[in-house]
Amino acid sequence: MTKIKMQFMLLFSRQGKLRLQKWYVPLSDKERKKISRDLVQTILARKPKMCSFLEWRDLKIVYKRYASLYFCCAVEDQDNELITLEIIHRYVELLDKYFGSVCELDIIFNFEKAYFILDEFLLGGEAQETSKKNVLKAIEQADLLQEEAEAPRSVLEEIGLT
Amino acid sequence: MCLALHCIANVGSREMAEAFAGEIPRILVAGDTMDSVKQSAALCLLRLYKASPDLVLMGEWTSRVVHLLNDQHMGVVTAAISLITCLSSKNPDEFKTCVSLAVSRLSRIVSSASTDLQDYTYYFVPAPWLSCKLLRLLQCYPPPEDGAVKGRLVECLETILNKAQEPPKSKKVQHSNAKNAILFEAISLIIHYDSEPNLLVRACNQLGQFLQHRETNLRYLALESMCTLASSEFSHEAVKTHIETVINALKTERDVSVRQRAADLLYAMCDRSNAKQIVAEMLSYLETADYSIREEMVLKVAILAEKYAVDYSWYVDTILNLIRIAGDYVSEEVWYRVIQIVINRDDVQGYAAKTVFEALQAPACHENMVKVGGYILGEFGNLIAGDPRSSPLVQFNLLHSKFHLCSVPTRALLLSAYIKFINLFPETKATIQEVLRSDSQIRNSDVELQQRAVEYLKLSSIASTDVLATVLEEMPPFPERESSILAKLKKKKGPGAVSVELEDGKERGELNGAGERGADAAIAASNVSTPSPSADLLGLRSAAPISGSTPSAGSLLVDVFSEAGPTASSASVNDDGFLSSAPPSAASEDPAPPLPESEELLNKFVCKNNGVLFENQLLQIGIKSEYRQNLGRMYLFYGNKTSVQFTKPVEPLVEGGAQVQQVINIECLTDFVDAPLLNIKFRYGGALQNISLKLPVTINKFFQPTEMAAADFFQRWKQLSQPQQEAQKIFKATHGMDTEVLKAKLLGLGTALLENVDPNPENYVCAGVIQTKAQQVGCLLRLEPNAQAQMYRLTLRSSKDTVSQRVCDLLAEQF
Repeated sequence: MTKIKMQFMLLFSRQGKLRLQKWYVPLSDKERKKISRDLVQTILARKPKMCSFLEWRDLKIVYKRYASLYFCCAVEDQDNELITLEIIHRYVELLDKYFGSVCELDIIFNFEKAYFILDEFLLGGEAQETSKKNVLKAIEQADLLQEEAEAPRSVLEEIGLT
Repeated sequence: MCLALHCIANVGSREMAEAFAGEIPRILVAGDTMDSVKQSAALCLLRLYKASPDLVLMGEWTSRVVHLLNDQHMGVVTAAISLITCLSSKNPDEFKTCVSLAVSRLSRIVSSASTDLQDYTYYFVPAPWLSCKLLRLLQCYPPPEDGAVKGRLVECLETILNKAQEPPKSKKVQHSNAKNAILFEAISLIIHYDSEPNLLVRACNQLGQFLQHRETNLRYLALESMCTLASSEFSHEAVKTHIETVINALKTERDVSVRQRAADLLYAMCDRSNAKQIVAEMLSYLETADYSIREEMVLKVAILAEKYAVDYSWYVDTILNLIRIAGDYVSEEVWYRVIQIVINRDDVQGYAAKTVFEALQAPACHENMVKVGGYILGEFGNLIAGDPRSSPLVQFNLLHSKFHLCSVPTRALLLSAYIKFINLFPETKATIQEVLRSDSQIRNSDVELQQRAVEYLKLSSIASTDVLATVLEEMPPFPERESSILAKLKKKKGPGAVSVELEDGKERGELNGAGERGADAAIAASNVSTPSPSADLLGLRSAAPISGSTPSAGSLLVDVFSEAGPTASSASVNDDGFLSSAPPSAASEDPAPPLPESEELLNKFVCKNNGVLFENQLLQIGIKSEYRQNLGRMYLFYGNKTSVQFTKPVEPLVEGGAQVQQVINIECLTDFVDAPLLNIKFRYGGALQNISLKLPVTINKFFQPTEMAAADFFQRWKQLSQPQQEAQKIFKATHGMDTEVLKAKLLGLGTALLENVDPNPENYVCAGVIQTKAQQVGCLLRLEPNAQAQMYRLTLRSSKDTVSQRVCDLLAEQF
């Protein structure tokens, strides 16, 4: 029986602070917190030269460290680990292109954009669109829509003010 | 539109599926949908499908969806392929057409120049994600039969393998990762097909190269892939050539997960030729291994040692070494097994005794060693008693020196060994009796030890040598049976019990409103959904019985009467007194005769339908039954009271502490006297248990209560005046003659209690009709209690004499 490919994705700093979390399985809040805590501790305990994959509970964890952030994905046992590693890298590239030389601060201050980008890229735990160009184009369009939505509001406000 | 689809996909609940299942496929295949919307639609559909597969009916859309594979837009293909993979794994036949499309797509990608795919080229690797997904899709199917398609595919795979040999086009790790991702996926496909020897060998060689790669990731993955490769006959030999590298990896890798993979691979590649070497290596690894993996390693070593032992003295050595190195992690099954083997094989007994003796002489001896030693010396100490260094007294002293360091079960075992010594070596009798007599034994706080000490002491003093010899005769060889170690290893290696059930429960949606189990719901959600006929109580005919029942693993033995989960099997019972198909099947052995107490148990259930049918230390069986006219259904709940699993000769297992439910559908064809027999066979800890019980199905269960006025009653009573139609019994009351209790019992019998019929208000009058397939038998009943004499007179009249007699007998027992 096929299960959901990616179960969740976590981003956390070297001090163990969770920056981003995207869950593709329905779990209660308590369970999520517990899993995040456990996993963060396990990964932070690993030494730099160690393998990028580890088995944890009955999932495979694929993680990579970029500067001060750990990107961590949980996938099913049979999944291809290397390709997941590349999914992580693709996501980082997308962030990089969008924010221009992304750093942790960018993600902290614009986390909703980070989530948008992730959602354009992955849907339901699967890679939706692997072309960087297309994903970024979609994000741009979404941004434009948002600005348009904001603009008329200010006009209305003016009217309202009178 | 996309956002909406996104939302649906992320929530993906059943209601959403119901609402949108029709819409989304339409959006997906419509010509005018935007590409990005198509992508989202595909994945959204996937999500809904996974959540509620029955609601998403693919029928009409199948060919269109498959056709998406040929779409221009790569993004759409990427998304669609995930959908198709999932659907294919569920309904492979329907989606067969996708195989050829997939192959052609794949070959186009693989052979494309790097400029073709433009944005979909990732660090000089063309469309890596898409390639991986295509390869994954192909793994759902066996190798294509069509020659052309197959040829193309093989070509593809070879190209991929070739590319791996080429120098990398970029120094970046991403390039190699992407390239290797495709490579590993291709290798999995090759392993899955298992039919192209040269591809397999090439794959194996490629992996062999990776074993020594600089990058840890690649080494890890190579070890893992090789594990699966080792099981294929074509490549097994090729895998074995790398044994030295693997052993080296085992010793020198810094990352524990890589070491673990190496150990797994050694286990997989083990066969007769290298067994000794591998076991030796694994033992030395065990000394420094991580605590978390020790138990698994121990089991593996034990299995390998047993499987490939040509010379059983080597096997004994290995196990004893195992105990010495990792004693704490040697589970019970392992040392039971070694003792079984030693007892079954005469040639190794002497050697075992000697080795154990020497091992015990070590100053720090693990308790498991003492257990094994105690047992073996007790049985076979005489084989080494000739040597003055291991004379009986020396043996005894050696064992006794460890006595006080051991836990209670070990001490109990040692006491048994002592009495065996008395039998084997009469010269030690006095010494041992002293020990047994000492206060620390016969006044020991532990009941078991005390009992053993006292009994053995008495036995040794009273019994003559012949009796002693008979009692303490050597243990007979154990019957050959499957190693419980393997079962234990499978259990350990299997996915973590809790989370798997969690997934299953969520996947199948709610089951029979079992949600009110609260916190246990997730864990208690069991696997198989009900076979359709069982919805309607009476809809079932004597359909072909499906033997075996699925365990609701993890659910607790707490409440016998709650529905532990959907039904799993049905067996039809023809009430002529024998079961037409025994639920645990196995026509091989005769069922044991019914237990003596089954008659009593039967009586218990004449007037009630629910309760505990049988209970002993291992097993509790509860029943819940309901009847309507001539049909009935009985739910049997088997609860495992121990912490060890039961295994049936036929699968499945009942986990320790778990409960299994079984449903029996009953049809009454004609009236009957004998109750059907229920024969239960299972294995507990290696011993075969055989229990026979009478199923509490009695003729009165098929009573239909009939109300009638006094006049009617007496009229019918007169009609049934022939002597054979009446059965009467006068008997002493065994229980109290409380009115309410009596009334309850009569109602429980299934008849209608008629008021104001009998002129004597003390008497009870009942009427009912027994429904059988052959006929209906009207039954009238009169119970006259005599409080002073504490006796009853029971009169039964019905149109069939056997019925009267039987009901009369049944009822007489109740009072």
